[in-house]
Amino acid sequence: MSAVAAMIDVAMIVVDGLDVRFGEGAAAVHAVRDARFTVAPGEAFGIVGESGSGKSTVLRALTGLNPDWTGRVAIAGMAQVAHRPREFYKQVQMVFQDPYGSLHPRHTVDRILSEPIAIHGLDKADSRIERVLVDVGLGPDFRFRYPHQLSGGQRQRVAIARALVLEPRILLLDEPTSALDVSVQAEILNLLGRLRREHDLTYMLVTHNLAVVAHMCDRLAVMNQGRIVEEMTVAQLRAGAPREAYTRQLLRASIGYDRQAAEALKTFD
Amino acid sequence: MDRDKTLLSVEDLWVRFPGRTRTVEAVRGISFTVGREKLGIVGESGSGKSVTGRAILRLIQSPGEVAAKRLEFDGIDLARVDEATMRAIRGKRISMVMQDPKFSLNPVMTVGQQIAEAYLVHRKEPAAEARRKSLDMLAAVRIRNPERVYDLYPHEVSGGMGQRIMIAMMLIPDPDLMIADEPTSALDVTVQMQVLAILDDLVTKRGMGLIFISHDLNLVASFCDRVLIMYAGRIVETCRASALHEARHPYTRGLLQSLPRIDRPVGELQVLQRDPAWRDGPVMS
Amino acid sequence: MASETNRIDGEGLRAWLLAETPRSRAQSRLGQAYVRWLHFLRNPLAMVGLVIVLALVVVAALAPWLADQSPYAQDLARRLQAPSPAHWFGTDELGRDIYSRLVHGASITLMIVGLVVIIVGPVGLMVGTVAGYLGGWFDTVLMRVTDVFLAFPRLILALAFVAALGPGIENAIIAIAITAWPPYARIARAETLTIRNSDFISAIRLQGAGPLRIILGHVIPLCMSSLIIRITLDMAGIILTAAGLGFLGLGAQPPMPEWGAMISSGRKFLLDQWWVATIPGIAIFVVSLGFNLLGDGLRDVLDPKGK
Repeated sequence: MSAVAAMIDVAMIVVDGLDVRFGEGAAAVHAVRDARFTVAPGEAFGIVGESGSGKSTVLRALTGLNPDWTGRVAIAGMAQVAHRPREFYKQVQMVFQDPYGSLHPRHTVDRILSEPIAIHGLDKADSRIERVLVDVGLGPDFRFRYPHQLSGGQRQRVAIARALVLEPRILLLDEPTSALDVSVQAEILNLLGRLRREHDLTYMLVTHNLAVVAHMCDRLAVMNQGRIVEEMTVAQLRAGAPREAYTRQLLRASIGYDRQAAEALKTFD
Repeated sequence: MDRDKTLLSVEDLWVRFPGRTRTVEAVRGISFTVGREKLGIVGESGSGKSVTGRAILRLIQSPGEVAAKRLEFDGIDLARVDEATMRAIRGKRISMVMQDPKFSLNPVMTVGQQIAEAYLVHRKEPAAEARRKSLDMLAAVRIRNPERVYDLYPHEVSGGMGQRIMIAMMLIPDPDLMIADEPTSALDVTVQMQVLAILDDLVTKRGMGLIFISHDLNLVASFCDRVLIMYAGRIVETCRASALHEARHPYTRGLLQSLPRIDRPVGELQVLQRDPAWRDGPVMS
Repeated sequence: MASETNRIDGEGLRAWLLAETPRSRAQSRLGQAYVRWLHFLRNPLAMVGLVIVLALVVVAALAPWLADQSPYAQDLARRLQAPSPAHWFGTDELGRDIYSRLVHGASITLMIVGLVVIIVGPVGLMVGTVAGYLGGWFDTVLMRVTDVFLAFPRLILALAFVAALGPGIENAIIAIAITAWPPYARIARAETLTIRNSDFISAIRLQGAGPLRIILGHVIPLCMSSLIIRITLDMAGIILTAAGLGFLGLGAQPPMPEWGAMISSGRKFLLDQWWVATIPGIAIFVVSLGFNLLGDGLRDVLDPKGK
């Protein structure tokens, strides 16, 4: 039994040699190159990178939304192929970046939350919906409203509720707060933190915001140009001592503006 | 160059949007001045910060109404001049950079043509001269190969480069004041740093005034000279940017405390408890 | 809750409909419809259109009572009489009362319009959304078929179909329906392509939903409004095509009081007895205008991009 195979038993997410390419011929883009990482059960793992680094592509390959990948992906001990069975989605759910785009504009909150229950043929739909609405801090008053009657933060709570209805073990978070005001971001981050503790969830968070990753996660991987540059613990990040020059530059730029630092910026390929 | 000279002074500015059922007061009687400095306006969405920027340039669409006791730019009363004078001021003397370059650039013209056009609108000079100036300006915003970029279309450039092109376009008439509305929010942090360095140099070297509208407190604290904090259409606090982290107003403090931090762990982020008294409380400075 | 149910008078109902926190699915759905209706009420031209269309429905439903004479009763002694108190719109070349024929013709017009919509709407919607959502091979085949139908002028193609199927009102309806669906398929496909890649479709896919559920429950509701608008605006064209076929003798057959056929038979007397052709012409014009105004109003209310 190889080392990776042994990991599958203890790890919630195992990604090994993941490659994603888009397009063909000269226009082909190698979006993710040989990504590998594991996430333990109950852990919160972050992927940080700038636009085009491939961080969201990794997430989409994990969800099965993008079937064009090669390599090995195992989730909750099950090796995954391009097409995911319906049962897969009871294990893994996702929260999207844009709370305005991720809710169907013509569906009420009730309809949005009933849909997964109907798809998976679960019982006690009413009590499940009520419970999950209370769980995300909205309460029953919001059940029959339309998305356009909600604020950005409330919409994101509905999106989180939708992800929780199926009681998954893994939540994939794609920039869940970057479209929100800072005060609302704090509320959503607190909510996500509480839900993780209460429901024993495993998180995988993709973001460009180092502060959010530092707050939410235990470990993180830094991506640039489709490659994982380095993997480290949040403690290492906080100590300001990343190994790679790229990460150090990213960290410096995230702290705030500095004229000298701007002069010293380099391009990493 | 007189660093303390006031470029723009705004006194009691109101912006109202009459609606069917009620009138929305987006900006409620704010006053401030801008010199040859980097003035940050910070606030959450709906605080009126973007509306303020557009009101100065009289870009508020009907039925929105702008009223001010004084809206004076370099001796000109912007609230009272006619539209033709306003057109001459817009772009030439006061320019504006928006958040997303994709929506601000014309998709069927090359970026070079657009910059040259921005130059020729306010000046009667030969096209060759406009091209030369445009190439200089592209180099000034640190675009490595201006000749090549000149002939690209907006969809062929990256977000960061698009924003630098926008800034080049806004700078070519050599404005005295630039209003930048979240100019770097759509950009990666390292690109943001480069764009800010360009703006920084313009203020320190050319003596331009800059109004920097942003939601990012840390960025404004590290980049600007002075900061106005807006809440519900009013300025609740003004302070030196370097002293922003010692801000006294409970709203500003609440915003700062709601931020997650890289340097140390915070168990639970503080959630902002809004106090209705903030809406009409005094301005702290 | 008892006090609430007792108070369903005018004001109470309004408050119930506009409630910030609806208590049930029905309340939120009705509330949404009510908001749209309030929006629609603010457009006077759309109201004119709605009144015309409703009037057409009422006239069609009450034709036996509104018309005092049989639309088929001939009276050769009283042929081609000018409008008078006895015959409000005059009589035609066989002495039939034009007013009665017009009133009975309303239901034929309504039937043509209704049947065409019932056939065309679902066909266009299904073809367009399936092609747009599934893409690839499905898309290519379905859209080439659509292109074939789009390549011919509508009336010519309808003429060919009627010529093949034989003249008659039913065949005219089938012919119009066959020629009318391709533009709807095109619209539905274009809408689907923009909807397909949105986050809320990704989200429902991540709930484990299959293509059928996504197309029926998530894509079609968003295509519906532009389709309803387009169909209402096209209604005038459908009526005119039906009238055209009737005029050419390929649609409704005598003695059916179809408006197009009435114009056709009246054209021989257009110079001397103007009312025989003009009155049904005005009827077609007014009804077409009504549908057009209604369509414009619906566009304002339903089109999410307009807001």
